[in-house]
Amino acid sequence: MAALAEQPTRDDSRPAPSFDEDERRLLDEFQRDFPLTPRPFAEIGRRLGLREDSVLAGYARLAAAGAISRIGAIVAPQRLGWSTLAAMAVPEERLEEVAGLVSGFEAVNHNYEREHHFNLWFVATGRGKAEVAETLARISAATGLEVLDLPLEEAFRLDLGFPLQWT
Amino acid sequence: MDVNPKDRQLLGALEDGLALVARPYARLATALGFSELDVIARLRRLTADGVIRRFGVVVRHRELGYRANAMVVWDLPDETVSETGRSLAALPFITLCYRRPRRPPHWPYNLFCMIHGRDRRSVEALVETATRHAGLDGRPRAILFSRRRFKQRGARYAPRAAAAG
Repeated sequence: MAALAEQPTRDDSRPAPSFDEDERRLLDEFQRDFPLTPRPFAEIGRRLGLREDSVLAGYARLAAAGAISRIGAIVAPQRLGWSTLAAMAVPEERLEEVAGLVSGFEAVNHNYEREHHFNLWFVATGRGKAEVAETLARISAATGLEVLDLPLEEAFRLDLGFPLQWT
Repeated sequence: MDVNPKDRQLLGALEDGLALVARPYARLATALGFSELDVIARLRRLTADGVIRRFGVVVRHRELGYRANAMVVWDLPDETVSETGRSLAALPFITLCYRRPRRPPHWPYNLFCMIHGRDRRSVEALVETATRHAGLDGRPRAILFSRRRFKQRGARYAPRAAAAG
């Protein structure tokens, strides 16, 4: 599940996937409170009535299918360092080039094209505010384009996982 | 709460997620020179203290059939934006809801929500539901559907070399 360099993914580019009941439960029920015990996959198996190796195989299939990004920690924004949402208005003919340049920064994690005059949106993180500002300044200098810096000021709802609906 | 250097090392080593092995915390511990129980105790404490907002499976919406996602932004008065934000955040289909600064003259919006749906029309319907729920009819807003995802992975708060300890 290591984060590999991604091919750009377009909306509507794939058929809807199908997962069996066990795979759905592996996806749905462990987005929060994943067991913090020495053998977490055995613990999940105990709860779902599956063997540990079946649970591991299930997650491996889901990872291979691209359905999960990773099993890990979502860190609260700005508790560990600094992060910001940044936006750029990139001329259409330069979008691939600029998006590639932005994705190439280690400090950038999410990077999306959106339908707007500001068409490239990404999240940049760093150890502190100055380091993040430096990343945005480097992106601006490398592209000759303005970068909007839109840091979080108040959170009304944080990432709590995603309720999947299977119907 | 303080996040100490060992906690940072641990979170750095975890950025790509747990290995799919029977004892993933032991594997992390070996890589870091910690004990397995220390890794687990630290993760429990960081979760209890809210530094780790959640610990678990991070899904990829698109691969699960949620093909449309929109960032919906509003320009709301500074005096009422927090109240409206809390009202929107109560809706189950709003997955993130934040206040961020305006950047005039080009960017007038100060409230940001994320909505995922099976397709564009269902997201549009949810935006209307949210608009009515929070009494935002007629307020300046924009709906920014995503077109392409260039990158999605966990945040990195430290350079890789340092993170690997």
